[in-house]
Amino acid sequence: MSDQGHPAQAAPPRRSLIDTLEIDVRLLGMLMAFAAVAVVFTIWTGGTFVGPRNVFNIAVQTVPVGIMACGMVFVIVARHIDLSVGSMLAMSSAVMAMSQTTWLPTMFGTEYGNPAILAATIVLGLAFGTLMGAITGWFVGYQRIPSFIVTLGGLFVWRNVNWFTTNGQSVSLTDPNLLMFGGTEGVLGATASWALGLVASALAVWAIIASRRNKQGHGFAVKPVLAETVLAGLIVGTILLFVGWLSRYPVPVAKLKRLFEARGEVMPEGYTAMHGLPISVLILIAVAVAMTVVARKTTFGRYIFAMGGNPDAAELAGINTRALTVKIFALMGFLCALAALVAQARLQSHGNDIGMLEELRVIAAAVIGGTALAGGVGTIYGAILGALIMQSLQSGMAMVGVDTPFQNIVVGLVLIIAVWVDILYRKRLGLSK
Amino acid sequence: MTNRTGTPLVEMRDISISFGGIKAVDHVSIDLYPGEVVGLLGHNGAGKSTLIKILAGAYRADHGEILINGDPVEINNPRDARNLNIETIYQTLALADNLDAASNLFLGREIKKRGIVDDARMEAEARKIIGRLNPNFRKFNVPVSSLSGGQRQSVAIARAVYFNAKILIMDEPTAALGPHETQMVAELIQELKAQGLGIFLIEHDIHNVMKLCDRASVMKNGQLVGTVNVNDVTDDDILGMIIMGKPPAKAA
Ligand SMILES: Nc1ncnc2c1ncn2[C@@H]1O[C@H](COP(=O)(O)OP(=O)(O)OP(=O)(O)O)[C@@H](O)[C@H]1O
Ligand SMILES: [Mg+2]
Repeated sequence: MSDQGHPAQAAPPRRSLIDTLEIDVRLLGMLMAFAAVAVVFTIWTGGTFVGPRNVFNIAVQTVPVGIMACGMVFVIVARHIDLSVGSMLAMSSAVMAMSQTTWLPTMFGTEYGNPAILAATIVLGLAFGTLMGAITGWFVGYQRIPSFIVTLGGLFVWRNVNWFTTNGQSVSLTDPNLLMFGGTEGVLGATASWALGLVASALAVWAIIASRRNKQGHGFAVKPVLAETVLAGLIVGTILLFVGWLSRYPVPVAKLKRLFEARGEVMPEGYTAMHGLPISVLILIAVAVAMTVVARKTTFGRYIFAMGGNPDAAELAGINTRALTVKIFALMGFLCALAALVAQARLQSHGNDIGMLEELRVIAAAVIGGTALAGGVGTIYGAILGALIMQSLQSGMAMVGVDTPFQNIVVGLVLIIAVWVDILYRKRLGLSK
Repeated sequence: MTNRTGTPLVEMRDISISFGGIKAVDHVSIDLYPGEVVGLLGHNGAGKSTLIKILAGAYRADHGEILINGDPVEINNPRDARNLNIETIYQTLALADNLDAASNLFLGREIKKRGIVDDARMEAEARKIIGRLNPNFRKFNVPVSSLSGGQRQSVAIARAVYFNAKILIMDEPTAALGPHETQMVAELIQELKAQGLGIFLIEHDIHNVMKLCDRASVMKNGQLVGTVNVNDVTDDDILGMIIMGKPPAKAA
């Protein structure tokens, strides 16, 4: 893409192919970067990098940052920033840890592990996250304090309210119903995963056809059938490959034995079971799909983009930009709480430093994914890909024995290079603005 | 000729607003009748845009009152103005640069189908209305930031006329338009006028004012110099008002 030295002859046919297929060049670039990371580490690790086990782990580790990055896209598109997401995650986690182990059980006199208590805990945690976000949004929207300041303050405040909430103690979490949200302890198994994969594929194809019909109904030009077919094929292929791959990751025999013993049964000889899709990854996918629909198909999403493009125009078009700001940050807070649920379930505990520095990863994921800090531009799938690229890099480097400090240096450089390449690319297309 | 005996469609009475120490609008009263075009004229910084932004709900007056069809109304924000069927073409156009033409046209009033925005339908509507103003307009699927100044202006005009306005505010609507497009806007103004809309037209070109307006109100340094019947004066009289700040001897 940056072959500036070459004469222009090579460009027209390639560009026209991309044009006829109407491929998003940015997305293509990110996918290629992702593929490059995967190929390099696969060769370097002799194949373990793309093994089902590691793919499973990368997917599970990406979830909390991925969930929050979806909300961060909206925040940044609206010309704001949220530096407090790591602390809001910690605070939501603290509230949920305390309420399931101490507050609610003492209030209702139940044992730890009661499913009703867990359900109430999750509702409480999500509500508290939403409330924290709404408070931020009120300061930013109605009091006109820059979001950088409000959320920088929030970073300190919530991190330390979190400390007081648990008295600085770690809380160990063992409720199997909670741990289901964490990854390995909550998987669908091969059969259900395949079924879900097929349903998702059918839905994707249906969505493509429905959108095409709607356009044709108004007599607009539509992409060539070939382009739509290729796109549909790629999407279905990706879904089924992912599902199939995770369905090849077996659950360790020792763990299966334990599960059977817990039910008072004996494991049949030669019994095997596969992990399949983790529930936490399904949560991330659900969030990503929902947020994409919100961004593209609802007035709420439309107004966020309008506000980011031109706040005055949005206001003059009758949009209540203050209330909109509160909603954006409230949604961010909600997603932090959801990420907290997954994070504490995966770690099987709440520690003081949970979510520490996560805000920087979340912002980096959104930015690597093409969200412009100037506002008005950004995609959910970009942010998820950004999070995935960062997690893959880290996981790959860890596998080949790169030290943690050096891993962080690489991630930092990747952030700068991603934005740099984007600027160069926009300049060449004359899109600079 | 417009009938100006009944209740005015709009009356802005004794309106004032200041920014810091500057009196941008200083005790100005203007009115507008159905089927009438009132030109607002004055030097740069005279306060024309500020005055009409008060009617559009973008600013709140420090003093004065607004009557629509004889009833006093509160216009606290642009939503209120839209609810009173007041539509505005702002001098700055007020477009969200990152959205396409149809999204801008329907911003704040999206067409929805089962709760989700119906982009295809909005684009179809946008094609119809913008096609009437600017038949050469093709760029429906790109952000308006990549449109020319005149194309952007077409989008802003289309937005103001699409929603069945009763009161139309046009702040230099043809500033960026070519001669053909300007002519089409002039025809549009005459058509809307025939339909009984009232139009405030801010315009620097005195010939357009003489051609399109029934009355002209001239402002200078935030104050109203006077309002004249365009048929009773010459363009030199109006130029005199703008430059000297004095109404002509035979003012209406
Ligand atoms: N938001 C604002 N803040 C401060 N001062 C303002 C603001 N808007 C307008 N003014 C001032 O009010 C005065 C009138 O401005 P206005 O935009 O109404 O002029 P105008 O008659 O529309 O001029 P032009 O012909 O150049 O468009 C100017 O002195 C301007 O500087
Ligand atoms: Mg002006």
